[in-house]
Amino acid sequence: MKNNLNHRFGMVIDLDKCTGCGSCMVACMAENNVPFRKDESDKLLSITWMRVFRLNNGKPFPETDICYLPRPCMQCAGLHEGHSPCVSVCPATATDYGMETGIVSQIYTRCFGCRYCMASCPYHSRYFNWWDPIWPDGMEKYLSPNVSPRMRGVVEKCSFCYHRYQLAKDKAFMDGGRELKENEYQTACTQACPANAITFGDLNNPDHAVHRMVKPDLEHGGRPQNPHAFRLLERLGTNPKVYYLSSRKWIRHAGDNYLKNEAKMKKPVHHG
Amino acid sequence: MSTSDGPAKKTIKDAAHETAVEPDTEGKIQKQDKGSGGSIILFFIFGVFASLILGWIIFPKLLYVKKKQPIDFNHAFHITQVDNGCESCHFFREDGTFSGVPKLDQCIDCHEEIQGVDRNEIKFVEDYVSKYRQVPWLIYSKQPNCVFFSHAAHIKGARMDCVTCHGHIGESTSLKVYEQNRITGYSRDIWGKNIAGFKKNPWDRMKMDDCAECHQRDAADIEKTNIKSPEHRYIDNIIKVFSPSSLSLEKGDSVQTQKDACFVCHK
Repeated sequence: MKNNLNHRFGMVIDLDKCTGCGSCMVACMAENNVPFRKDESDKLLSITWMRVFRLNNGKPFPETDICYLPRPCMQCAGLHEGHSPCVSVCPATATDYGMETGIVSQIYTRCFGCRYCMASCPYHSRYFNWWDPIWPDGMEKYLSPNVSPRMRGVVEKCSFCYHRYQLAKDKAFMDGGRELKENEYQTACTQACPANAITFGDLNNPDHAVHRMVKPDLEHGGRPQNPHAFRLLERLGTNPKVYYLSSRKWIRHAGDNYLKNEAKMKKPVHHG
Repeated sequence: MSTSDGPAKKTIKDAAHETAVEPDTEGKIQKQDKGSGGSIILFFIFGVFASLILGWIIFPKLLYVKKKQPIDFNHAFHITQVDNGCESCHFFREDGTFSGVPKLDQCIDCHEEIQGVDRNEIKFVEDYVSKYRQVPWLIYSKQPNCVFFSHAAHIKGARMDCVTCHGHIGESTSLKVYEQNRITGYSRDIWGKNIAGFKKNPWDRMKMDDCAECHQRDAADIEKTNIKSPEHRYIDNIIKVFSPSSLSLEKGDSVQTQKDACFVCHK
Protein backbone atom coordinates (compact mmCIF):
# COMPACT_ATOMS: atom_id res chain seq x y z
CA MET A 1 0.00 0.00 0.00
CA LYS A 2 1.37 3.34 -1.00
CA ASN A 3 1.50 6.05 1.57
CA ASN A 4 0.05 8.85 -0.51
CA LEU A 5 -2.02 10.72 2.06
CA ASN A 6 -0.92 14.13 3.33
CA HIS A 7 -2.16 13.23 6.76
CA ARG A 8 -3.32 9.99 8.22
CA PHE A 9 -5.17 10.94 11.35
CA GLY A 10 -5.41 8.06 13.73
CA MET A 11 -6.03 7.11 17.30
CA VAL A 12 -4.23 4.91 19.79
CA ILE A 13 -6.25 3.65 22.73
CA ASP A 14 -4.35 2.13 25.64
CA LEU A 15 -6.67 -0.53 27.05
CA ASP A 16 -4.50 -1.00 30.11
CA LYS A 17 -5.25 2.60 31.06
CA CYS A 18 -8.95 2.65 30.16
CA THR A 19 -11.14 2.45 33.26
CA GLY A 20 -14.40 2.23 31.35
CA CYS A 21 -15.71 5.46 32.91
CA GLY A 22 -17.50 6.50 29.73
CA SER A 23 -16.26 10.11 29.66
CA CYS A 24 -15.35 9.68 26.01
CA MET A 25 -18.91 8.66 25.19
CA VAL A 26 -20.39 11.63 27.01
CA ALA A 27 -17.93 14.07 25.48
CA CYS A 28 -18.63 12.68 22.04
CA MET A 29 -22.39 12.99 22.38
CA ALA A 30 -22.13 16.56 23.60
CA GLU A 31 -19.60 17.57 20.96
CA ASN A 32 -21.39 16.08 18.00
CA ASN A 33 -25.04 16.75 18.89
CA VAL A 34 -25.76 13.05 19.01
CA PRO A 35 -29.46 12.49 19.69
CA PHE A 36 -30.51 10.28 22.57
CA ARG A 37 -33.68 8.60 23.68
CA LYS A 38 -35.48 8.44 26.97
CA ASP A 39 -34.56 4.79 27.20
CA GLU A 40 -31.06 4.18 25.93
CA SER A 41 -30.97 0.54 26.98
CA ASP A 42 -31.95 -0.81 23.56
CA LYS A 43 -28.60 -0.70 21.81
CA LEU A 44 -30.14 -1.47 18.45
CA LEU A 45 -31.87 1.89 18.54
CA SER A 46 -29.50 4.11 20.50
CA ILE A 47 -26.81 6.11 18.74
CA THR A 48 -23.29 6.08 20.16
CA TRP A 49 -20.51 7.30 17.88
CA MET A 50 -18.07 6.30 20.58
CA ARG A 51 -19.06 3.24 22.52
CA VAL A 52 -17.27 1.46 25.34
CA PHE A 53 -17.59 -2.31 25.23
CA ARG A 54 -16.77 -4.63 28.10
CA LEU A 55 -14.82 -7.76 27.34
CA ASN A 56 -14.00 -10.61 29.70
CA ASN A 57 -11.64 -13.52 29.37
CA GLY A 58 -14.42 -16.02 30.14
CA LYS A 59 -12.54 -17.66 32.99
CA PRO A 60 -13.87 -18.39 36.49
CA PHE A 61 -13.06 -16.35 39.59
CA PRO A 62 -9.37 -16.38 40.36
CA GLU A 63 -8.28 -15.80 36.77
CA THR A 64 -11.22 -13.67 35.71
CA ASP A 65 -10.24 -10.45 33.98
CA ILE A 66 -12.18 -7.73 32.24
CA CYS A 67 -11.26 -5.02 29.81
CA TYR A 68 -13.09 -1.95 28.56
CA LEU A 69 -12.76 -1.24 24.88
CA PRO A 70 -13.81 2.15 23.49
CA ARG A 71 -14.84 1.90 19.86
CA PRO A 72 -15.04 5.00 17.64
CA CYS A 73 -15.25 4.77 13.84
CA MET A 74 -12.09 3.02 12.64
CA GLN A 75 -11.79 5.26 9.54
CA CYS A 76 -10.70 2.22 7.51
CA ALA A 77 -8.51 2.71 4.50
CA GLY A 78 -9.03 -0.76 3.09
CA LEU A 79 -6.61 -2.63 0.89
CA HIS A 80 -5.82 0.52 -1.00
CA GLU A 81 -6.54 4.08 0.07
CA GLY A 82 -10.28 4.79 -0.11
CA HIS A 83 -11.41 1.18 -0.20
CA SER A 84 -13.22 1.31 3.13
CA PRO A 85 -16.05 -1.20 3.44
CA CYS A 86 -18.69 1.52 3.79
CA VAL A 87 -17.31 3.83 1.12
CA SER A 88 -17.21 1.15 -1.51
CA VAL A 89 -20.88 0.26 -1.08
CA CYS A 90 -22.49 3.69 -0.73
CA PRO A 91 -24.72 4.24 -3.77
CA ALA A 92 -25.08 7.98 -3.13
CA THR A 93 -21.46 9.00 -2.48
CA ALA A 94 -22.78 10.14 0.88
CA THR A 95 -19.76 8.65 2.57
CA ASP A 96 -16.33 9.07 1.14
CA TYR A 97 -12.66 8.70 1.95
CA GLY A 98 -10.73 11.94 2.54
CA MET A 99 -7.54 11.79 0.50
CA GLU A 100 -6.20 14.68 2.55
CA THR A 101 -6.85 13.36 6.05
CA GLY A 102 -7.75 9.71 5.67
CA ILE A 103 -11.03 10.43 7.48
CA VAL A 104 -14.18 8.77 6.20
CA SER A 105 -16.81 11.43 5.71
CA GLN A 106 -20.54 11.19 6.18
CA ILE A 107 -22.63 13.77 4.31
CA TYR A 108 -26.04 13.77 5.94
CA THR A 109 -27.68 15.80 3.19
CA ARG A 110 -26.62 13.25 0.57
CA CYS A 111 -27.51 10.13 2.54
CA PHE A 112 -30.91 8.68 1.75
CA GLY A 113 -30.83 6.00 4.39
CA CYS A 114 -30.40 2.72 2.50
CA ARG A 115 -28.14 1.50 5.34
CA TYR A 116 -25.94 -0.51 3.03
CA CYS A 117 -22.93 1.03 4.81
CA MET A 118 -24.22 -0.17 8.15
CA ALA A 119 -24.41 -3.69 6.83
CA SER A 120 -20.90 -3.47 5.44
CA CYS A 121 -19.26 -1.98 8.53
CA PRO A 122 -17.65 -4.81 10.50
CA TYR A 123 -17.33 -2.61 13.59
CA HIS A 124 -20.97 -1.51 13.93
CA SER A 125 -19.81 2.08 14.06
CA ARG A 126 -22.62 3.36 11.92
CA TYR A 127 -26.03 4.27 13.24
CA PHE A 128 -29.35 5.02 11.68
CA ASN A 129 -31.67 7.81 12.73
CA TRP A 130 -35.02 6.12 13.11
CA TRP A 131 -36.55 9.36 14.39
CA ASP A 132 -35.89 13.06 14.23
CA PRO A 133 -33.91 14.01 17.32
CA ILE A 134 -36.00 15.22 20.23
CA TRP A 135 -34.04 17.45 22.57
CA PRO A 136 -35.21 18.15 26.11
CA ASP A 137 -36.73 21.61 26.56
CA GLY A 138 -34.21 24.35 25.83
CA MET A 139 -31.40 21.97 24.93
CA GLU A 140 -31.40 22.91 21.26
CA LYS A 141 -29.85 26.19 22.39
CA TYR A 142 -26.90 24.27 23.79
CA LEU A 143 -26.19 22.28 20.64
CA SER A 144 -22.83 22.78 19.02
CA PRO A 145 -23.13 25.07 15.99
CA ASN A 146 -20.15 23.36 14.38
CA VAL A 147 -21.90 20.06 13.80
CA SER A 148 -25.22 19.90 12.00
CA PRO A 149 -27.88 17.83 13.74
CA ARG A 150 -29.12 14.90 11.69
CA MET A 151 -32.65 14.33 10.51
CA ARG A 152 -34.69 11.17 10.46
CA GLY A 153 -33.70 8.64 7.83
CA VAL A 154 -29.95 9.17 7.58
CA VAL A 155 -26.92 7.28 8.79
CA GLU A 156 -24.35 8.90 11.05
CA LYS A 157 -21.01 7.97 12.53
CA CYS A 158 -17.88 9.27 14.22
CA SER A 159 -16.01 11.79 12.09
CA PHE A 160 -12.90 12.11 14.28
CA CYS A 161 -14.38 15.55 15.13
CA TYR A 162 -13.70 16.74 11.61
CA HIS A 163 -15.13 20.16 12.41
CA ARG A 164 -12.26 20.63 14.85
CA TYR A 165 -9.85 19.96 12.01
CA GLN A 166 -11.55 22.59 9.89
CA LEU A 167 -11.58 25.14 12.68
CA ALA A 168 -7.92 24.43 13.39
CA LYS A 169 -7.17 24.99 9.71
CA ASP A 170 -9.05 28.29 9.82
CA LYS A 171 -6.80 29.39 12.62
CA ALA A 172 -3.74 28.25 10.70
CA PHE A 173 -4.84 30.38 7.76
CA MET A 174 -4.74 33.43 10.02
CA ASP A 175 -1.05 32.70 10.59
CA GLY A 176 -0.31 32.44 6.90
CA GLY A 177 -1.47 28.93 6.16
CA ARG A 178 1.05 27.03 8.26
CA GLU A 179 0.89 23.32 9.07
CA LEU A 180 -1.22 22.26 12.04
CA LYS A 181 0.51 21.41 15.28
CA GLU A 182 -0.24 18.14 17.00
CA ASN A 183 -2.21 19.71 19.84
CA GLU A 184 -4.29 21.95 17.60
CA TYR A 185 -6.43 19.15 16.28
CA GLN A 186 -7.58 16.70 18.96
CA THR A 187 -10.88 14.88 19.17
CA ALA A 188 -13.35 15.48 21.99
CA CYS A 189 -12.97 11.96 23.36
CA THR A 190 -9.20 12.29 23.49
CA GLN A 191 -9.44 15.45 25.53
CA ALA A 192 -12.14 14.08 27.79
CA CYS A 193 -10.35 10.88 28.78
CA PRO A 194 -9.31 11.31 32.44
CA ALA A 195 -6.89 8.38 32.24
CA ASN A 196 -5.14 9.66 29.10
CA ALA A 197 -5.90 6.33 27.49
CA ILE A 198 -6.69 7.91 24.12
CA THR A 199 -3.99 9.52 21.99
CA PHE A 200 -4.78 11.23 18.73
CA GLY A 201 -2.56 12.52 15.95
CA ASP A 202 -1.13 12.05 12.49
CA LEU A 203 0.13 8.52 11.88
CA ASN A 204 2.17 9.80 8.95
CA ASN A 205 4.11 12.22 11.11
CA PRO A 206 7.00 10.55 12.97
CA ASP A 207 6.95 13.37 15.54
CA HIS A 208 3.40 12.63 16.62
CA ALA A 209 2.81 10.45 19.67
CA VAL A 210 0.50 8.05 17.81
CA HIS A 211 3.23 7.23 15.32
CA ARG A 212 5.79 6.65 18.03
CA MET A 213 3.45 4.47 20.07
CA VAL A 214 2.45 1.95 17.42
CA LYS A 215 5.07 2.43 14.70
CA PRO A 216 2.63 1.65 11.88
CA ASP A 217 4.16 -0.23 8.98
CA LEU A 218 2.62 1.81 6.20
CA GLU A 219 4.11 -0.41 3.52
CA HIS A 220 2.07 -3.31 4.82
CA GLY A 221 -1.42 -2.00 5.41
CA GLY A 222 -0.46 0.01 8.46
CA ARG A 223 0.19 -3.03 10.64
CA PRO A 224 1.51 -2.00 14.05
CA GLN A 225 5.15 -2.85 14.67
CA ASN A 226 4.77 -2.44 18.41
CA PRO A 227 4.13 -6.00 19.68
CA HIS A 228 1.60 -4.72 22.23
CA ALA A 229 -0.46 -2.92 19.61
CA PHE A 230 -3.29 -4.45 17.63
CA ARG A 231 -6.26 -3.42 15.57
CA LEU A 232 -9.80 -4.77 15.60
CA LEU A 233 -10.46 -7.51 13.06
CA GLU A 234 -7.02 -7.12 11.54
CA ARG A 235 -7.58 -10.23 9.42
CA LEU A 236 -10.34 -8.56 7.41
CA GLY A 237 -7.84 -6.22 5.79
CA THR A 238 -9.88 -3.11 6.57
CA ASN A 239 -6.73 -1.24 7.59
CA PRO A 240 -8.27 0.78 10.44
CA LYS A 241 -6.69 3.93 11.82
CA VAL A 242 -7.59 3.12 15.40
CA TYR A 243 -4.95 1.09 17.22
CA TYR A 244 -5.28 -0.52 20.63
CA LEU A 245 -2.49 -1.17 23.11
CA SER A 246 -2.54 -3.87 25.73
CA SER A 247 0.04 -5.84 27.63
CA ARG A 248 -2.48 -8.64 28.18
CA LYS A 249 -2.39 -11.35 25.55
CA TRP A 250 -6.04 -12.43 25.78
CA ILE A 251 -7.18 -8.92 24.93
CA ARG A 252 -4.91 -8.71 21.90
CA HIS A 253 -6.26 -12.08 20.89
CA ALA A 254 -9.88 -10.99 21.42
CA GLY A 255 -9.33 -8.10 19.02
CA ASP A 256 -9.47 -10.44 16.08
CA ASN A 257 -12.48 -12.49 17.16
CA TYR A 258 -10.83 -15.89 16.94
CA LEU A 259 -13.08 -18.86 17.43
CA LYS A 260 -12.39 -20.97 20.50
CA ASN A 261 -11.17 -23.98 18.59
CA GLU A 262 -9.80 -22.13 15.60
CA ALA A 263 -6.25 -23.44 15.94
CA LYS A 264 -7.57 -27.00 15.58
CA MET A 265 -9.88 -26.06 12.74
CA LYS A 266 -7.14 -24.45 10.77
CA LYS A 267 -4.81 -27.43 10.85
CA PRO A 268 -6.43 -29.51 8.12
CA VAL A 269 -6.40 -26.51 5.82
CA HIS A 270 -2.65 -26.11 6.26
CA HIS A 271 -2.00 -29.80 5.69
CA GLY A 272 -4.18 -29.87 2.65
CA MET B 1 -94.53 32.73 -5.97
CA SER B 2 -95.41 34.04 -9.38
CA THR B 3 -92.15 35.98 -9.72
CA SER B 4 -90.07 32.97 -8.87
CA ASP B 5 -92.02 30.70 -11.20
CA GLY B 6 -91.66 32.99 -14.21
CA PRO B 7 -87.94 32.73 -14.97
CA ALA B 8 -87.85 29.05 -14.03
CA LYS B 9 -90.49 28.22 -16.62
CA LYS B 10 -88.70 30.35 -19.17
CA THR B 11 -85.41 28.54 -18.79
CA ILE B 12 -87.08 25.15 -19.15
CA LYS B 13 -88.79 26.40 -22.29
CA ASP B 14 -85.50 27.71 -23.65
CA ALA B 15 -83.79 24.43 -22.99
CA ALA B 16 -86.55 22.53 -24.73
CA HIS B 17 -86.34 24.90 -27.67
CA GLU B 18 -82.60 24.43 -27.98
CA THR B 19 -82.74 20.65 -27.84
CA ALA B 20 -85.42 20.69 -30.46
CA VAL B 21 -83.46 22.96 -32.74
CA GLU B 22 -80.10 21.25 -32.34
CA PRO B 23 -80.45 18.43 -34.88
CA ASP B 24 -81.55 20.90 -37.57
CA THR B 25 -78.64 23.30 -37.15
CA GLU B 26 -75.85 20.73 -36.97
CA GLY B 27 -74.58 21.51 -40.44
CA LYS B 28 -74.60 25.25 -39.71
CA ILE B 29 -72.48 24.84 -36.58
CA GLN B 30 -69.83 22.95 -38.52
CA LYS B 31 -69.64 25.77 -41.05
CA GLN B 32 -69.25 28.29 -38.26
CA ASP B 33 -66.28 26.26 -36.89
CA LYS B 34 -64.32 26.75 -40.06
CA GLY B 35 -64.91 30.48 -39.90
CA SER B 36 -63.68 30.77 -36.27
CA GLY B 37 -60.43 28.82 -36.85
CA GLY B 38 -58.42 32.04 -36.85
CA SER B 39 -59.92 33.22 -33.61
CA ILE B 40 -59.12 29.91 -31.97
CA ILE B 41 -55.49 30.23 -33.00
CA LEU B 42 -55.51 33.79 -31.73
CA PHE B 43 -57.01 32.60 -28.48
CA PHE B 44 -54.32 29.95 -28.26
CA ILE B 45 -51.52 32.44 -28.90
CA PHE B 46 -53.05 34.80 -26.38
CA GLY B 47 -53.23 31.94 -23.92
CA VAL B 48 -49.57 31.08 -24.39
CA PHE B 49 -48.54 34.69 -23.82
CA ALA B 50 -50.84 35.04 -20.87
CA SER B 51 -49.39 31.96 -19.21
CA LEU B 52 -45.84 33.06 -20.02
CA ILE B 53 -46.48 36.43 -18.41
CA LEU B 54 -48.19 34.74 -15.49
CA GLY B 55 -45.35 32.27 -15.02
CA TRP B 56 -42.34 34.48 -15.60
CA ILE B 57 -43.45 37.87 -14.33
CA ILE B 58 -46.52 37.72 -12.11
CA PHE B 59 -45.77 34.45 -10.28
CA PRO B 60 -42.22 35.43 -9.27
CA LYS B 61 -43.59 38.73 -8.00
CA LEU B 62 -46.23 36.97 -5.96
CA LEU B 63 -43.77 34.35 -4.78
CA TYR B 64 -41.56 36.73 -2.86
CA VAL B 65 -42.54 38.85 0.13
CA LYS B 66 -40.65 42.12 0.19
CA LYS B 67 -39.29 43.13 3.55
CA LYS B 68 -37.39 46.24 4.54
CA GLN B 69 -34.35 46.08 6.78
CA PRO B 70 -34.99 47.53 10.24
CA ILE B 71 -32.46 50.27 9.55
CA ASP B 72 -31.33 51.52 6.18
CA PHE B 73 -27.56 51.18 6.51
CA ASN B 74 -25.27 53.29 4.35
CA HIS B 75 -22.17 51.25 3.48
CA ALA B 76 -20.61 53.94 1.29
CA PHE B 77 -20.63 56.48 4.09
CA HIS B 78 -19.28 54.13 6.73
CA ILE B 79 -16.39 52.98 4.60
CA THR B 80 -15.11 56.58 4.49
CA GLN B 81 -15.21 56.68 8.29
CA VAL B 82 -13.20 53.54 9.03
CA ASP B 83 -9.54 52.75 8.46
CA ASN B 84 -9.49 49.09 7.63
CA GLY B 85 -12.06 48.73 4.83
CA CYS B 86 -14.60 45.93 5.09
CA GLU B 87 -12.62 44.20 7.84
CA SER B 88 -13.18 47.11 10.21
CA CYS B 89 -16.66 45.79 10.95
CA HIS B 90 -16.73 42.39 9.23
CA PHE B 91 -13.60 41.11 10.89
CA PHE B 92 -11.86 37.82 11.59
CA ARG B 93 -11.64 36.66 15.14
CA GLU B 94 -8.30 35.49 16.46
CA ASP B 95 -9.29 31.84 16.12
CA GLY B 96 -9.87 32.25 12.39
CA THR B 97 -13.67 32.38 12.47
CA PHE B 98 -15.44 35.18 10.66
CA SER B 99 -17.70 37.60 12.51
CA GLY B 100 -20.19 38.17 9.67
CA VAL B 101 -22.87 40.77 10.36
CA PRO B 102 -21.67 43.05 13.16
CA LYS B 103 -23.31 42.81 16.51
CA LEU B 104 -24.48 45.80 18.51
CA ASP B 105 -21.29 45.83 20.58
CA GLN B 106 -19.21 46.80 17.56
CA CYS B 107 -21.59 49.58 16.53
CA ILE B 108 -21.68 51.00 20.04
CA ASP B 109 -17.96 51.84 19.81
CA CYS B 110 -18.93 54.84 17.67
CA HIS B 111 -22.69 55.14 18.12
CA GLU B 112 -23.07 55.35 21.86
CA GLU B 113 -24.69 58.74 21.26
CA ILE B 114 -26.29 60.26 18.20
CA GLN B 115 -23.53 61.57 15.94
CA GLY B 116 -25.34 63.27 13.08
CA VAL B 117 -28.75 64.23 11.81
CA ASP B 118 -29.54 61.13 9.76
CA ARG B 119 -32.91 59.74 10.83
CA ASN B 120 -31.69 56.18 10.39
CA GLU B 121 -28.95 56.78 12.91
CA ILE B 122 -31.31 58.50 15.32
CA LYS B 123 -33.65 55.51 15.04
CA PHE B 124 -30.75 53.12 15.56
CA VAL B 125 -29.49 54.85 18.69
CA GLU B 126 -32.94 55.38 20.19
CA ASP B 127 -34.45 52.00 19.42
CA TYR B 128 -31.46 49.69 19.74
CA VAL B 129 -28.39 51.24 21.37
CA SER B 130 -30.13 52.91 24.29
CA LYS B 131 -32.20 49.77 24.95
CA TYR B 132 -29.25 47.48 24.21
CA ARG B 133 -31.32 45.46 21.76
CA GLN B 134 -29.65 43.60 18.85
CA VAL B 135 -30.79 44.80 15.44
CA PRO B 136 -32.85 42.05 13.78
CA TRP B 137 -31.05 42.26 10.45
CA LEU B 138 -32.48 40.17 7.64
CA ILE B 139 -29.64 38.04 6.29
CA TYR B 140 -29.60 37.94 2.49
CA SER B 141 -27.60 34.75 2.11
CA LYS B 142 -27.68 32.83 5.34
CA GLN B 143 -25.52 29.75 5.48
CA PRO B 144 -27.55 26.61 5.95
CA ASN B 145 -26.90 24.45 8.96
CA CYS B 146 -25.20 21.70 6.99
CA VAL B 147 -22.53 23.93 5.46
CA PHE B 148 -19.10 24.89 6.70
CA PHE B 149 -17.68 27.82 4.76
CA SER B 150 -14.22 29.08 5.58
CA HIS B 151 -13.84 32.82 5.02
CA ALA B 152 -10.27 32.49 6.27
CA ALA B 153 -9.34 30.06 3.48
CA HIS B 154 -10.56 32.51 0.86
CA ILE B 155 -9.55 35.88 2.29
CA LYS B 156 -6.40 34.96 4.22
CA GLY B 157 -5.37 31.84 2.36
CA ALA B 158 -6.18 32.65 -1.27
CA ARG B 159 -6.00 36.42 -0.62
CA MET B 160 -9.24 37.07 -2.42
CA ASP B 161 -11.11 40.35 -2.32
CA CYS B 162 -14.51 40.65 -0.63
CA VAL B 163 -15.87 42.12 -3.86
CA THR B 164 -15.12 38.94 -5.83
CA CYS B 165 -18.02 37.14 -4.19
CA HIS B 166 -20.08 39.84 -2.51
CA GLY B 167 -20.02 42.57 -5.16
CA HIS B 168 -19.83 46.28 -4.59
CA ILE B 169 -21.84 46.39 -1.40
CA GLY B 170 -19.28 48.77 0.06
CA GLU B 171 -20.34 51.43 -2.44
CA SER B 172 -24.07 51.13 -1.80
CA THR B 173 -25.83 53.97 0.01
CA SER B 174 -28.83 51.95 1.11
CA LEU B 175 -29.67 48.33 1.79
CA LYS B 176 -31.64 46.48 -0.82
CA VAL B 177 -35.06 45.07 -0.13
CA TYR B 178 -35.01 41.61 1.40
CA GLU B 179 -37.16 39.20 -0.58
CA GLN B 180 -38.37 36.04 1.08
CA ASN B 181 -39.83 33.09 -0.73
CA ARG B 182 -43.36 32.49 0.58
CA ILE B 183 -43.13 28.74 0.08
CA THR B 184 -39.63 27.89 1.27
CA GLY B 185 -38.94 30.87 3.52
CA TYR B 186 -35.52 31.30 1.91
CA SER B 187 -34.05 34.59 0.79
CA ARG B 188 -34.24 35.36 -2.93
CA ASP B 189 -30.45 35.74 -3.06
CA ILE B 190 -30.08 32.00 -2.75
CA TRP B 191 -31.74 31.47 -6.12
CA GLY B 192 -30.92 34.84 -7.64
CA LYS B 193 -32.94 37.61 -9.23
CA ASN B 194 -33.43 35.80 -12.50
CA ILE B 195 -36.20 33.27 -12.20
CA ALA B 196 -34.67 31.17 -14.98
CA GLY B 197 -31.53 30.83 -12.87
CA PHE B 198 -29.19 32.83 -15.13
CA LYS B 199 -26.71 35.13 -13.47
CA LYS B 200 -24.37 37.86 -14.58
CA ASN B 201 -22.22 38.35 -11.51
CA PRO B 202 -20.83 35.90 -8.96
CA TRP B 203 -22.78 37.69 -6.23
CA ASP B 204 -26.15 37.24 -7.94
CA ARG B 205 -26.48 33.84 -6.36
CA MET B 206 -24.75 31.72 -3.72
CA LYS B 207 -25.48 28.10 -4.37
CA MET B 208 -23.23 25.06 -4.33
CA ASP B 209 -22.58 25.11 -8.06
CA ASP B 210 -21.52 28.74 -7.82
CA CYS B 211 -18.70 27.66 -5.52
CA ALA B 212 -17.84 24.88 -7.93
CA GLU B 213 -17.67 27.32 -10.84
CA CYS B 214 -14.57 29.06 -9.50
CA HIS B 215 -12.98 25.99 -8.00
CA GLN B 216 -13.16 24.05 -11.24
CA ARG B 217 -11.98 26.96 -13.34
CA ASP B 218 -9.03 27.67 -11.07
CA ALA B 219 -8.02 24.06 -11.04
CA ALA B 220 -8.21 23.84 -14.82
CA ASP B 221 -6.28 27.11 -15.28
CA ILE B 222 -3.46 25.91 -13.10
CA GLU B 223 -3.16 22.69 -15.00
CA LYS B 224 -3.25 24.42 -18.38
CA THR B 225 -0.78 27.20 -17.76
CA ASN B 226 1.43 25.46 -15.25
CA ILE B 227 1.94 28.77 -13.48
CA LYS B 228 4.50 28.81 -10.74
CA SER B 229 4.12 32.32 -9.35
CA PRO B 230 3.96 32.32 -5.56
CA GLU B 231 0.27 33.24 -5.45
CA HIS B 232 -0.73 30.57 -7.88
CA ARG B 233 1.35 27.98 -6.16
CA TYR B 234 -0.51 29.00 -3.06
CA ILE B 235 -3.89 28.55 -4.68
CA ASP B 236 -2.64 25.32 -6.15
CA ASN B 237 -1.77 24.12 -2.68
CA ILE B 238 -5.12 25.11 -1.28
CA ILE B 239 -6.93 23.21 -3.98
CA LYS B 240 -4.66 20.26 -3.36
CA VAL B 241 -5.37 20.48 0.32
CA PHE B 242 -9.11 20.95 0.11
CA SER B 243 -10.04 18.91 -2.92
CA PRO B 244 -7.03 17.01 -4.16
CA SER B 245 -8.88 15.18 -6.88
CA SER B 246 -10.10 18.43 -8.45
CA LEU B 247 -6.72 18.94 -10.08
CA SER B 248 -7.31 16.23 -12.61
CA LEU B 249 -10.76 17.29 -13.68
CA GLU B 250 -12.38 15.82 -16.70
CA LYS B 251 -15.25 17.19 -18.69
CA GLY B 252 -18.57 16.64 -17.00
CA ASP B 253 -17.11 16.41 -13.52
CA SER B 254 -18.72 18.61 -10.94
CA VAL B 255 -18.27 19.20 -7.27
CA GLN B 256 -21.26 16.93 -6.76
CA THR B 257 -19.85 13.81 -8.36
CA GLN B 258 -16.25 14.36 -7.49
CA LYS B 259 -14.90 12.05 -4.88
CA ASP B 260 -14.05 13.32 -1.41
CA ALA B 261 -15.00 16.93 -2.09
CA CYS B 262 -18.25 16.94 -0.08
CA PHE B 263 -16.66 16.92 3.34
CA VAL B 264 -14.75 20.12 2.61
CA CYS B 265 -17.90 22.21 2.93
CA HIS B 266 -20.55 19.93 4.41
CA LYS B 267 -20.63 19.24 8.08
